[in-house]
Amino acid sequence: MAKNSIDEIIKKTNSYLCIDCGECTGSCPVSRVNVNYSPRLNVEKMVLGYFDEIKKDENIWSCLVCGLCSKRCPSDVKYDEFIKLSRKEIRKHNEKLNYSHNRIIQKSMEIMTQGNTQKRTEWIGKELKVSKKGKFLYFTGCLPYFEVIFEYLNIHPLETAGNAVKILNKLGIEPVVNNSEVCCGRDLLFNGDEENFLKLAKINTKMLKESGAEKVVFTCPECLETLKEIYPEYLGKTDVEFIHITQLVEEAVKKGKLELDSSSIKKFTYQDPCILGRGLGLYDEPRNIIKSIPETELLPIERERENSICCGPSAWVSCTNYTKRIQHVRLGQAEKTGAEVLITACPKCYIHFSCALSGDDEDYKIKLMDITTLIAETMKSKKKHTDSHRLEG
Amino acid sequence: MKKKKTNAKITKAKMTKAKKIKKKTKKLQYPKIITFACNWCSYAGADLAGVSRFQYPPSLRLIRVMCAGRITPTFILDALTDGADGVIVSGCHFEDCHYISGSRKAEKVVETTRKLMHLLGMDGRRLRFELISAAEGQKFATVAREFTEEITNLKKEKHGKK
Repeated sequence: MAKNSIDEIIKKTNSYLCIDCGECTGSCPVSRVNVNYSPRLNVEKMVLGYFDEIKKDENIWSCLVCGLCSKRCPSDVKYDEFIKLSRKEIRKHNEKLNYSHNRIIQKSMEIMTQGNTQKRTEWIGKELKVSKKGKFLYFTGCLPYFEVIFEYLNIHPLETAGNAVKILNKLGIEPVVNNSEVCCGRDLLFNGDEENFLKLAKINTKMLKESGAEKVVFTCPECLETLKEIYPEYLGKTDVEFIHITQLVEEAVKKGKLELDSSSIKKFTYQDPCILGRGLGLYDEPRNIIKSIPETELLPIERERENSICCGPSAWVSCTNYTKRIQHVRLGQAEKTGAEVLITACPKCYIHFSCALSGDDEDYKIKLMDITTLIAETMKSKKKHTDSHRLEG
Repeated sequence: MKKKKTNAKITKAKMTKAKKIKKKTKKLQYPKIITFACNWCSYAGADLAGVSRFQYPPSLRLIRVMCAGRITPTFILDALTDGADGVIVSGCHFEDCHYISGSRKAEKVVETTRKLMHLLGMDGRRLRFELISAAEGQKFATVAREFTEEITNLKKEKHGKK
């Protein structure tokens, strides 16, 4: 291990500013369930030059990169960046990673780097209007792959994609859905595999340039943050605007372009995805959308907004008993609110929570729903209404 | 500098030798097929095929696993991306699985892998799922022959397109 790279990590992440207060370990959701893991200790070890100990420690892979510690740190130590860089360094020496789902997601990404022509747009049915070229682009992300990989959980992540296109059509937009897009590569980056991440990033930026899109809409906050904030660090800035679907819908609702009808479900609660909330600062947009549905109640959950807890594992590594524990804590909090449905705005939260719900460990009454599904469903009833009007007229 | 030169010589000599061997065996090129065979049935089936002297092309590379249920989609995709032309996953008949439900699990895994391959733009015909018991040496040989033929045809098709 070269000394230079340690110095670089310390400099880039402000680790030398650490005042050893322990705020990070106190707030870390992993430290609460796994006593052996401590962000403060890791930073301290790095500064004092015990990198070998971090290298041997398996717990470095159990960080969720949820950003709670970085947000609360009084000295502005960037622990997310710290994890990213030190994992990259550790991976050079040791590739024994505790991959979840048998590394299938990482493997698919690696195959995508080779530039094969994929068949990822086959989910688009006849009722969805999609154009070949235009200013709007909808970035599907890994949803077609999740549909296949998580079939055993009886969930359909592609519904999110279909509903997103439906919403865009309702707003008068016919988005481009590009077959040559690849995964954003964020998970590879946080597994320490920068090489393959860069390959994917280059393919995606090339795709964006060729499609001539000016606005890109996302349903996955992680893809959004990666394209908006991490790609420019590596490949330079672009003029393209990146937005989450909740931003678009909220604006449309405010302007009166889109009206949401009442739903059969009356009580909701909302899970802040780490990246959408702490990463991109979009706390109010999804909340406003839920509030704008008539006759509904948005119940506050314990620990929300900046303080929300992550849904469990991240970057498809080290899914352990500890992560299950975190999920059950979060689902218990959601249950306590008395809401019927827990809304999330991230496909990964959806997958992780439905995994926890499908287990036999504990029984929950609460159900899960993606925010795009909610919007599309409440919007749908409105459409029927207009249709009947037309018939009468 | 001296060391480098000698190294270069050795590699050159090796290269020429390899080329000669390649030329000799050019006519007899077989596709590379990775076969995951379960310990209790299919591996014994392959053994029986050998003992009974059933003829089949030397394209199969057998990997013994304790149960076909151990196979994950990553194993198959790893094999295909690392240079194999085809993959056979073979286990016991459903009722005879040594671990009760291993073969059924393997069937599901193969199905998901095929879907993934379709998404990723790979040909699903490169993957095959077979049920071969310890007494079916003949079946093992026929599967080997058929699949080798299929894969060579696929290869020709691909090259013809190019």
